[in-house]
Amino acid sequence: MRVPVSWLRELIDIPESESARDIGERLVRCGFEVEGVEESGAGLSGPLLVGRVISIEELTDFKKPIRWCQVDVGDGAPLGVICGARNFAAGDLVVVAPPGTTLPGGFHITARETYGHTSNGMICSERELGLGDNHDGIIVLAEGSPGDDGAKVMGIGDAVLDIAVTPDRGYALSMRGIAREASIAYGVDLVDPGLTLADLPAPDAQRQPHESGSDALDACALLTLRTIRGFDPSAPTPGWMKSRLTAAGMRPVSLAVDVTNYVMLEVGQPLHAFDETKVAGPVRAGWARPTETLETLDHVVRALHEEDLVIRDDRGPLGLAGTMGGRHSEIDDSTTDIVLEAAWFDPRVVGRMARRHKLSSEASRRFERGVDRTLAPYASARAASLLLEFGGGVYSGMTAVEAAWDRPVIEMAADLAQRTAGCEIPVSESIEALTRAGCEVVSDGDLLRVLPPSWRPDLSDPADCVEEVLRLHGFERIPARLPMAPPGYGRTPIQRLRRVVGMTMAAMGSVEVLNYPFVSLGDHDALRLPLGDLRRRTPRLANPLSEEAPFMRSSLLPGVLAAARRNRGRGLEDIAIWELGRVFFLKDGQSAEGSDDPIRPSVEHRPSDEDFAALEALLPDQPQHLAAVWCGHIEPSGWWGPGRQAEWSDAVDAAFRVIGAAGAEATVVPGVDPAFHPGRTGQLVIAETVIGHAGELHPATCAHFGIAPRSVAFEIDLDALATFASAPVAPVFSTAPVAKEDLALVVLANVAAADVAATLQAAGGDLVEDVRLFDVYEGPQVPAGYRSLAFALRLRAHGRTLTPEEIVGVRAAVIAAAEAAHGATLR
Amino acid sequence: MSAPNKSFDPKSPASLNAEAVTGMVDSALVAIASATTLEELKEVRLAHVGDRSPLSLANREIGSLPPAAKAEAGQRVGTARGTIKQALDDRTAALEGERDSRVLLEETVDVTMLSRRRRLGSRHPLTTLMERMSDVFIAMGYEIAEGPEIEAEWLNFDSLNIAPDHPARTMQDTFYVGSPESGVVLRTQTSPIQMRAMLTRELPIYVVAPGRVFRTDELDATHTPVFHQIEGLAVDKGITMGHLKGTLDHLASAMFGVGIVTRLRPSYFPFTEPSAEVDLQCFVCRGESIGDPERPCRTCGSEGWIEWGGCGMVNPRVLRAAGVDPDVYSGFAFGMGVERTLMFRHGVTDMHDMVEGDVRFTEAFGLEV
Repeated sequence: MRVPVSWLRELIDIPESESARDIGERLVRCGFEVEGVEESGAGLSGPLLVGRVISIEELTDFKKPIRWCQVDVGDGAPLGVICGARNFAAGDLVVVAPPGTTLPGGFHITARETYGHTSNGMICSERELGLGDNHDGIIVLAEGSPGDDGAKVMGIGDAVLDIAVTPDRGYALSMRGIAREASIAYGVDLVDPGLTLADLPAPDAQRQPHESGSDALDACALLTLRTIRGFDPSAPTPGWMKSRLTAAGMRPVSLAVDVTNYVMLEVGQPLHAFDETKVAGPVRAGWARPTETLETLDHVVRALHEEDLVIRDDRGPLGLAGTMGGRHSEIDDSTTDIVLEAAWFDPRVVGRMARRHKLSSEASRRFERGVDRTLAPYASARAASLLLEFGGGVYSGMTAVEAAWDRPVIEMAADLAQRTAGCEIPVSESIEALTRAGCEVVSDGDLLRVLPPSWRPDLSDPADCVEEVLRLHGFERIPARLPMAPPGYGRTPIQRLRRVVGMTMAAMGSVEVLNYPFVSLGDHDALRLPLGDLRRRTPRLANPLSEEAPFMRSSLLPGVLAAARRNRGRGLEDIAIWELGRVFFLKDGQSAEGSDDPIRPSVEHRPSDEDFAALEALLPDQPQHLAAVWCGHIEPSGWWGPGRQAEWSDAVDAAFRVIGAAGAEATVVPGVDPAFHPGRTGQLVIAETVIGHAGELHPATCAHFGIAPRSVAFEIDLDALATFASAPVAPVFSTAPVAKEDLALVVLANVAAADVAATLQAAGGDLVEDVRLFDVYEGPQVPAGYRSLAFALRLRAHGRTLTPEEIVGVRAAVIAAAEAAHGATLR
Repeated sequence: MSAPNKSFDPKSPASLNAEAVTGMVDSALVAIASATTLEELKEVRLAHVGDRSPLSLANREIGSLPPAAKAEAGQRVGTARGTIKQALDDRTAALEGERDSRVLLEETVDVTMLSRRRRLGSRHPLTTLMERMSDVFIAMGYEIAEGPEIEAEWLNFDSLNIAPDHPARTMQDTFYVGSPESGVVLRTQTSPIQMRAMLTRELPIYVVAPGRVFRTDELDATHTPVFHQIEGLAVDKGITMGHLKGTLDHLASAMFGVGIVTRLRPSYFPFTEPSAEVDLQCFVCRGESIGDPERPCRTCGSEGWIEWGGCGMVNPRVLRAAGVDPDVYSGFAFGMGVERTLMFRHGVTDMHDMVEGDVRFTEAFGLEV
């Protein structure tokens, strides 16, 4: 809402000493966001005068036509002014900047010799006054007298407050509403233009006003029509009205349209003017029929919906109620008979309609937020009187239909404001604040009965009244104190897990990224997911930002790999990044389209357990995953040496570290994941549950995502990992001397090293403290198809030194076990 | 050493007299002192205490002495050997020390050569900022509440007093999951976590809810369709707006410096009543840049205050929808944008930096903010 300060000052008596910024500050404290204070014609100093052109002498001796004008500016002799514009004639009213005036941009006006004359000033265009870009010609005024203050006529120097109005305060989308708030803030009186019925002549006795009706009194509880006939369609809009409309951000069109807009800005009631000759029969409100269409003023033909509320005549819809009029019944430059509609429409109905037709208008914005239920006849009287004053014609009177109105009375505890604020606020202060806001308040023991004013449909609950009281009391006067929360239990295990995992990843040199969770079919293809893969069963957005990426991610890899590509594109070669976030899977039985009949429990009470479960059942699975990728070197080359490319085992090692940091222990077994290299991928397994994959990415995956070949990655289901995390138990360990035994075992090349190690550990029992694979050999020293695995065993007994016999015994036992289990032979 | 002999020479050998032994010692000490390397010293050792050294040769003669002279000669030679050995040890230690120092000097490198070999990784500043803010609340006894990112529309809107036709729904452009009628959305705010907390926790409730939220904005310098909020909720008997102010002031102090406060401006949110915008006192200029064109403040635009978030007293309608009796309990709630907080707290000027995953941006924030 753009509020010209001069208009505001006309409605209420704000002290002259208050600047536009001061007024803005006050309104901020009332809860209005003042987004800006604009001052038109900034930089103008010195007088501007209204002048009447007395005579024009065309000078033809120059390259371009020039006019030598005599202009009457009131006092004294006419001014002689040279002017290059041609859009005016003798007798026109113009704006003259006399010598001594400085125009915006620092242009100083002096008397000067030019084109053979002494030009005593300048006739101004809009652009020269800093009012707009129009420089096609000079300003020709519709009214005024020579010598009038040109700045005032043009609205120059008037500040405009740009106010963002929250959706609950529809009444503040008007000068009336802002003036009311300002009058409360300044403690000055307001003569409410919304409660003052304009003087109108007695209705024409000859002809009846246009007939009105409502077939939907629930949604259109009040419809008024005022009729004026014999209006002069060529009558101009007065300049002051035009400049106010312009300052408020609306474009002047014609007198009839301008008056409806002006009254809407003034009191907040949207109005619509019909050309009576284009209307057949009574004008009624009613529901649209499914087959009907309507061409609205914006030249769009709209198919109507049975929940659209329309204004119609005998032939069909004339307009979308409170949203936009129809083209067929539009007033035009020959309209003489005007039917002025002012009504109250249900905010929800208008809101739905505006959304359905993607049509947000000045009218719908106001109706959606709630228009004063009693305002229509006042607003239309005001508009009719303006039309009659400036466009003439005969007033034929008003017709109206109205439903009964049960005004809600709010019962609130008298001390509620005090209890809400937490500081002393006397009941008398609550009563006074509510009264100033326009409420009628009756004190009844411990209760206040509050009847909100018609323009405050947002006041419906005691809490709304409390806000009103505290707003006037001043939030800044409420003392701050801390509540005493009961002791808490700190972070939950999964919350601590996320933190330790993040620290672990970072300590490994990897950098966290946070990607959008939106993916495309192409991303699924790039991960080489087969058609039946569960990761293709993901939720789909009905209105994605990009039709390219309508799916919710089921893996973090597409985002992480795309981020790696972006970094590569910016010249980074060695990349280590990770992400922790949710992925999404449809549950069994859920479809990508979702439910077509979702549960919507009442909000009057707590949902039942069944209802809450039904709500949860609408949602997909949303586990938290961790993924990481390494491209290029994991250890960089430099003067110290050649560095080292990241390889599959780095991904497995990192995954093990993360799992270890989480307080769990995993094993790795050969695994298959379509996004990964088929021979260089491990499944990470804890207690027979696969919690993730780690290894080298498939060459095609790397190519699809545009990252370095042989990049490595892992992805872990953190929620699954969390279920295996256990609190550490202090180990029991021996300080007796250690015995070290190395053995190289030759096994078939396809025997898993981890299996052999497990066999050695199991066979050695408690005496084997550690088994470590320290060398792998394939080559001429062992038969083809075999390899040698060299293990270092650390043997130790508890509380005593192992005897040589025991050491020999363990060695023999583990070799025998490896032979039995894996066909191993000692090398 | 020679083998013992039973016979002895009647003539006492000249090499065993005191003068001769003293001479041997003196010459050994001179040689030891003049050895300048460990190698030279090794030769000196051979020459003066080796098997073929004069002293060793003299020692062999002791056996041939008459018994009465044996003891004296033995003692004389022993003393001499002890003196020489001590001198050798001392000189060895001195020369070894010199050698070691020389080796260390020779091993000198250019310690400025090291570029960063293994970089420290980092956590995303949005992650660590949420954690830091959460820490402030955990210290006050709050717990961290969470909820799903794909959320029931009822929890995201209806239960929070945002009815299907409420104009507030047009303030937030919502991603619908499946279809616009599916009743499932990407949560547009962290507030559904409040509702979940009230539906699943015992009263009283003190929770902080950081999380990711979604609105259909295009990415530009100041907007992103995926962003983060952190929200606080307290529901207890006797919770007042004064408590809300005190809590916000404490958060401001903890995050921006002791003494930094907040101020509330009336506003509107459907789920709170009364509602207010939260402004943060500028932690850079503390308001001193207001009206001082000589010292403009870029952080607050010389306004003295920075818009931070929204807050209010939980609307009794919301309490009712959660099954909390508004006649017994009251609550406050507040929320702020984490991206916005990061922007003004750390001078981030473009939202792209937070979403593109450029490691150069994130690395600057290390492990904590």
